[in-house]
Amino acid sequence: MVGILEDKDRIFTNLYGVHDWGLEGAKTRGCWNATREMLAQTPEWICEQIKESGLRGRGGGGFPTGLKWTFMPKAQSERPHFLVVNADESEPGACKDREIIRNDPHLLIEGCLVASYAIRAHTAYIYIRGEYVHERERLEAAIRQAYDAKLIGKGNIHGWDFDLHVTHGGGAYICGDETALMESLEGKKGQPRLKPPFPAGAGIYGAPTTINNVESIAVVGSILRRGAGWFSSFGRPKNSGIKLMAASGHINKPCVVEETMSIPMRQLIEDHFGGVRGGWGNLKAVIPGGISMRMIPAEEAEEALMDFDDLAARRSGLGTATMIVMDKDADLVRAIARASYFYKHESCGQCTPCREGTGWMWRVMERMATGEAEMREIDMLLDVASQVEGHTICGLGDAAAWPIQGLFRHFRHEVEERITNYRIGKPHVQGASLEAAE
Amino acid sequence: MSVRRLSPNQPASFEFSKESAKQTQWWISKYPQGRQQSAVIPILWLVQKQEGWVSEPAIRAVAALLAMPQIRVLEVATFYTMFMLEPVGTHALVQVCGTTPCALRGANDLMAHCKKRIGPKDHRSADGKFYWQEVECLGACSNAPMAAINDYYYEDLTVEILDKLLDDFAAGKPPAPGSMIGRQGASPEGGPLVLTDPKLYDGSAAKPIKSLPNAAPKAPAA
Repeated sequence: MVGILEDKDRIFTNLYGVHDWGLEGAKTRGCWNATREMLAQTPEWICEQIKESGLRGRGGGGFPTGLKWTFMPKAQSERPHFLVVNADESEPGACKDREIIRNDPHLLIEGCLVASYAIRAHTAYIYIRGEYVHERERLEAAIRQAYDAKLIGKGNIHGWDFDLHVTHGGGAYICGDETALMESLEGKKGQPRLKPPFPAGAGIYGAPTTINNVESIAVVGSILRRGAGWFSSFGRPKNSGIKLMAASGHINKPCVVEETMSIPMRQLIEDHFGGVRGGWGNLKAVIPGGISMRMIPAEEAEEALMDFDDLAARRSGLGTATMIVMDKDADLVRAIARASYFYKHESCGQCTPCREGTGWMWRVMERMATGEAEMREIDMLLDVASQVEGHTICGLGDAAAWPIQGLFRHFRHEVEERITNYRIGKPHVQGASLEAAE
Repeated sequence: MSVRRLSPNQPASFEFSKESAKQTQWWISKYPQGRQQSAVIPILWLVQKQEGWVSEPAIRAVAALLAMPQIRVLEVATFYTMFMLEPVGTHALVQVCGTTPCALRGANDLMAHCKKRIGPKDHRSADGKFYWQEVECLGACSNAPMAAINDYYYEDLTVEILDKLLDDFAAGKPPAPGSMIGRQGASPEGGPLVLTDPKLYDGSAAKPIKSLPNAAPKAPAA
């Protein structure tokens, strides 16, 4: 057998798009089964079941989904409640929600209905990133099918009036942050809002709002059908469940796959992803969950488990569980310099530490990649990174600092070597560029 | 942040086509009454689909349509990098993903090829047919390296494949998007290793469920 999870326990049974993505195909695979019974229960029961299943947010934060839902006001006031699904998958490395949207859209639609009932919302928006044009067309078509079959909409067969709309962004990574997403949904620049007020108090249009990742919502129906105990039987305690994982970079067979949480990283790479290019011994480092997570070196990857707590203990994080693998031929400094360019490009410009810091860090990283930086600039860079981290409204500043910190934590000697080698045979240091950087 | 400004060469006017005008109403109807501003990004996207880019007269027209101050629409058009602020190639807008996961698998070679074949990035080619850009992560990392050409994803590229694709676009025959090495979506090369159990697809999962696990005892019968 490949991996740990058996086929019978998979939720996304059309992950690769081999079968019909439409309503009939989805029903054959078990979607929309017993949805009416779910809505016959109380919203509290649904929240309780999701809490018991141990589902933690699949967008990277890992916040318990059921608990998040209970933050919504219990009684309906004149302000309507909203559910917003975050399908702005923009983290470099992450490519899992796309597979759900284009191949199993009905699981997502069903999840939206159940989750909206649980938080007493009659309207939900799916905010999909603008570049996913094909995926958006697919999702719109699936939603039309659901409306036509009266599964959703006013007076639907489930007895909970529910409207589901797709809206899209314009290619801004920052809109993956929940408050920036709300700004963008309201038709503004995607600049994050201060919290509090939290979205459950005042979200889109000032109304109580819950924002969840696509995967967190799409698994809800299957959890309720099979039971919280079934879902929590996978993985280690507090990290339970099954999850989509993916890999890119220097591996033989990059792909997306559903696996149990806490699967050993090595087993995941070797069973599903065809192993590291050139064999396990050729592995240098792994970025475990989207590029903002700090990298871990090969020795740690050997023992690491794919869950929130194990990777956090290694000073990294699970993130979206979409890893980037780098072998011994990879230029780690260049790879992280490119990541720094990404953050410089995607900073929204609202907070000074991030707006100025990401550009500064990128310029220094570029010089480190060639070796023309100064030795003492390494500490200066780490100092600046720690000043950006935690001093911005949203997490983009942190995300820009972490990859750099991860690189220097494990591979500082490589950068130092590069700087030394660059100096060999050159009688002068490049004082001019150093001054410009400071 | 990226600095983005409107093109110095602007057309005299902008008019929504009949089809786009219908679409704008559909987008506006998605949002609560009085919140029509929410539709600004989708409507600017409609403008771009109609004209190929977003011009200043179009920004004014969108502001009038949504009862927004013009500066707010301008802000949105310049903030979001998907909006092209100058005319692009007539045959193909090539957006090569250059972020780390794609870069590790050869995106830099793709971009070098685009530079050789089309010219400098963010400019139209000499014949006006092409325009290429380096863009940030497009979210198809397991199919890296990839490029979005005229909105659709062409995945698992090599320089040779990209060159062939550009030939097809130049000839006015857009090829089918997807994986260029025959992978099924994001499945591993050589075919899926999982999801092979026929029981998943024989309809047994659709059999009615009598009662949900852990259901409250006195749940009203549906």
